[in-house]
Amino acid sequence: MTVLPTRVDPAGPEYAEHRAAMLAKLTDLDAEHAKALAGGGPKYLERHRKRGKLPARERIELLIDPDSPFLELSPLAAWGSDYQVGAALVTGIGVIEGVECVITANDPTVRGGASNPWTLRKALRANEIALHNRLPLVNLVESGGADLPSQKEIFIPGGALFRDLTRLSAAGIPTVAVVFGNSTAGGAYVPGMSDHTVLVKERAKVFLGGPPLVKMATGEEADDESLGGAAMHARTSGLADHFAVDEADALRLARRIVARLDHRKPGPGPDPLAEPPRYDEEELLGIVPGDLKVPFDPREVIARLVDGSDFDEFKPLYGASLATGWARLHGYPVGILANAQGVLFSAESQKAAQFIQLANQRSTPLLFLHNTTGYMVGKDYEQGGIIKHGAMMINAVANSTVPHLSVLMGASYGAGHYGMCGRAYEPRFLFSWPSAKSAVMGPQQLAGVLSIVARQSAAAKGQPYDEDADAAIRAMVEQQIEAESLPVFLSGRLYDDGVIDPRDTRTVLGLCLSAIHNAPVEGARGYGVFRM
Amino acid sequence: MTTKTSIGNLLVANRGEIARRVFRTCRELGIATTAVHSDPDADAPHVREADAAVRLPGAAPADTYLRAELIVRAALTAGADAVHPGYGFLSENAEFAQAVLDAGLVWVGPPPAAIAAMGSKTAAKRLMAAAGVPVLGALAEPTAADLPILVKAAAGGGGRGMRVVRSLADLPGELAAARAEAAKAFGSDEVFCERYLPAGRHVEVQLLADAHGTVRAVGDRDCSLQRRHQKVIEEAPAPGLSAQVRAELHAAAVSAARAIGYVGAGTAEFLLAEDGRFWFLEMNTRLQVEHPVTEAVTGLDLVALQLAVAEGEKLPPEPPATHGHAIEARLYAEGPAKDWQPATGTLHRLELTVPHQQFTGRGIHPDSGLRLDSGVEAGSEITPHYDAMLAKVIAWGPTRAAAARRLADALARARIHGPATNRELLVRALRHPAFLGECLHTGFLAEHGAELTAPDTKGAERAALAAALADAAARRVAAFPSGWRNLPSQPQLKRYRADDGAEFEVRYRLTRTGLRAEDHPDVELVEATPDRVVLREGGLRRTYRVARHGDRVYVDTPAGGSVLTTLPRFPDPTVRTDPGALLAPMPGTVVRTTAAVGDTVTAGQPLLVLEAMKMEHRVTAPADGVLVELCATPGRQVELGTLLAVVKSPQEVEPPRG
Repeated sequence: MTVLPTRVDPAGPEYAEHRAAMLAKLTDLDAEHAKALAGGGPKYLERHRKRGKLPARERIELLIDPDSPFLELSPLAAWGSDYQVGAALVTGIGVIEGVECVITANDPTVRGGASNPWTLRKALRANEIALHNRLPLVNLVESGGADLPSQKEIFIPGGALFRDLTRLSAAGIPTVAVVFGNSTAGGAYVPGMSDHTVLVKERAKVFLGGPPLVKMATGEEADDESLGGAAMHARTSGLADHFAVDEADALRLARRIVARLDHRKPGPGPDPLAEPPRYDEEELLGIVPGDLKVPFDPREVIARLVDGSDFDEFKPLYGASLATGWARLHGYPVGILANAQGVLFSAESQKAAQFIQLANQRSTPLLFLHNTTGYMVGKDYEQGGIIKHGAMMINAVANSTVPHLSVLMGASYGAGHYGMCGRAYEPRFLFSWPSAKSAVMGPQQLAGVLSIVARQSAAAKGQPYDEDADAAIRAMVEQQIEAESLPVFLSGRLYDDGVIDPRDTRTVLGLCLSAIHNAPVEGARGYGVFRM
Repeated sequence: MTTKTSIGNLLVANRGEIARRVFRTCRELGIATTAVHSDPDADAPHVREADAAVRLPGAAPADTYLRAELIVRAALTAGADAVHPGYGFLSENAEFAQAVLDAGLVWVGPPPAAIAAMGSKTAAKRLMAAAGVPVLGALAEPTAADLPILVKAAAGGGGRGMRVVRSLADLPGELAAARAEAAKAFGSDEVFCERYLPAGRHVEVQLLADAHGTVRAVGDRDCSLQRRHQKVIEEAPAPGLSAQVRAELHAAAVSAARAIGYVGAGTAEFLLAEDGRFWFLEMNTRLQVEHPVTEAVTGLDLVALQLAVAEGEKLPPEPPATHGHAIEARLYAEGPAKDWQPATGTLHRLELTVPHQQFTGRGIHPDSGLRLDSGVEAGSEITPHYDAMLAKVIAWGPTRAAAARRLADALARARIHGPATNRELLVRALRHPAFLGECLHTGFLAEHGAELTAPDTKGAERAALAAALADAAARRVAAFPSGWRNLPSQPQLKRYRADDGAEFEVRYRLTRTGLRAEDHPDVELVEATPDRVVLREGGLRRTYRVARHGDRVYVDTPAGGSVLTTLPRFPDPTVRTDPGALLAPMPGTVVRTTAAVGDTVTAGQPLLVLEAMKMEHRVTAPADGVLVELCATPGRQVELGTLLAVVKSPQEVEPPRG
């Protein structure tokens, strides 16, 4: 064993300062999560309950195994938009009859569960997770369909929802639709495209056109039940495989369906005997400085994430601004890349490219811990081939086929975000800490660059430069970029899978690794041409 | 009678704890053992412990343990040279005793004539009265002045067939019922009446007599704590007797034994009034269930002495000295709060958690003063065929209070997993001020019944919490925190039901900072594993040990145990078939209808018959309900999917008004 030492002093002033800053951010985060949990608010919740219906999260709680963990995904979707935080949809990974599944549930208390553009992005992300990790998908459906005023953002891309369902099925990944209420028009294709369907008596409504539309189209008089009731679909159309007498019965049936999938997980489960880290996870609150300009040693984080704090470092003396090495997390082997001094130089890039290739040779998943301001700029570095070396790292990341996990601990700026497997590089899961920030560059730098360019432009035109206006613009730009680099903002745009409490990181990563092992883990044998 | 013989192989014509008890002494004495067993007892501990066993085909006692001829043949087959009858079954059957002797075997019991003399309680009363022993006269013509009256079976024992009559009007009915019960249980329908003393005590004297003329009272017992006239708690010596009353009782018992030429171990039972007067009730010509309390205070092995007497040995010259006090509690599989209804099922565990002896005749564990005599063990099936007694727990102490405290504690700590038991009642009775104050009488359990069987709601609530947390620990997925949520929206919910019907909902979350249980705000979780939960409340740390068998959860603490049934998360689907419209399953012709509109129908009941493709298809009710519509008449042609009938659930059908 190679147990990492620690220099964190929980009694010291720095620790206290960092911790206070992190706790304040966590309090703010809780407030944003509370908005998602509140859904449509007490009035609509009460109305929903009065109809004898369960809220989305209660449906999920009854669906999953008692006392099992549930990792909710994209809870802040639609944050910063005109729509309710959470986007009227709950998604996550839960265990049903011992089988890890992707679960989605419309929140009917939010505008009848209607889909807005963020609902769509969130649902598509859930489908993607199901597909990449080969997890059965269970949709708990009750949605009024597309939010009509935003139909232009939904209608055309929204077809992917139904495409995904049948592609999952074609890939041998089971899909289950449990219909609790409206699932009409396009929504009718959710049960329509699923392998297994359960419809709730006198609640489910599954039809292409409701009574008014039918009347307008053909003059036929028909009611909801005869057009799309559970009894009709169970007895006549055959769309319903299972007729549930009520919501609890529907969830029971869904559990039985999953139990009968005879699902076999190809990879190992988490190791119940895995040694916990030697150091207290609580101390993760005191490591990241409130001011990201101050670097921190990511080994202190690794020491609080991995089994037994046991970390075998690769090339510790070469490219020291990036720590790389091997560890286990809940028993799963991982290769870790963690920014140590913020900046990525040529050596770090080459080291990363080599390390990623090694992980692919042995089919070991990779974990990226971000705190980078990007690749080094400057004459010496450009002349030293920083582009070529950064490209090597990005090439390796982009073509690596072992599962990637990314955690934004601090900064994740510029092409560094790409090299460290940012969202566009399709890590299987990407989570942010409340301390994270991500943008093309730091707000001050960005504002400063704009100011320099404007000043040069004014000078070229021979115009005087308005310093007061410059200061105001700089402040405004800085503020805007700052706001747009914050994790809640990025999470709202589905650029991560959630903002997590640092103390939950080991659990979250363990759950993700377990989910990942539902699909084969195999390294890449080919890459793009490395520019040497 | 005085010829000496040596027993080399003993057959015990019994089952359960008494068979094991006798075998234990045999083992110490070097005597080989033979068991008999019915079919349900084929794997019983008493069978496994014996050197050889003989099957008695069947289950009912009348087919098995009461078949004298089969048992004698079994003894001969096994090469046994003696038969011990235990208690119950054939133990007081003179013909059986004679048959044993006639077969050339040693009978470990009194002479058949002595058994016969005491066999009829009415005849025995006359005999005893003649010998100068005080008896309660059998009432030939009971009058109102005699009320209340006790009706007893003449051939009875063990309280069976006894009834208390408080009104003369009830008498004929009770007599008839008692006769029927007596005929069934004892093969004789003779019953008699005597005065009933509600405040009386049941006191008995243990007798030992040898074939050389020695008859000795070796101590007395109080067995007043009874339910349905059956003993539940017994003790030795009988507390609070003056030296004079004790001497008189012992003398009366010895006279009774001498009057019938008694040999062996036996017990004379008396009813003792508050004023010290007593009356002979009956004599049990066998070893008593409660003999261990006498063994505990005398150090005797009564079974060894029975065997010695049967072998023709003399009793030791000196009567034994008695030391301290001993109390026995009978642990029954029954529901005290449910009118003592016997409980059946698998016994998963029966374990005293303190050191103890088993079946030993020479007293008691030196450290704990405890003895356990049990005929069952983990895995035993408790059936309705035999007595519901699971075990006898006996505690010795230098004083009565010490013995009671020990016994109550041992019972409270015991881990008893299986059918419902009277354990809690025993513990509370042993700790009851009236019991400790020696206010003993045969109506004790009835008088204090409500108090002794009241549900312990607080205890059950804590037990439910512990059960839920142990379950959470058992369900934990790898090392992930139990029930982990990144966005907690609600607690985990588990529901349990106690045997008294009370339901408990446990809502809890296990957070970074520990347990959050809504209804237990002050409870901290120290640790939880699938079988052990440690909680801290108000600075007090307590351990709950948890075991699950199917949906039953047993939560044990040093203060007692709780039994809970886990309630399912989802309603049972098998009882939820939906009534509704019945459509023709295929095109065909209605042949006949078998129900009419307005009929109440049960699930599966045929409603009409449809002929199609030369086959008759019965259309049946999908669920219990009312047939509200029938659209079929014989001869009608129907298409696939034609509505044939509508069944509605009774709730859906409006009751007629007016």
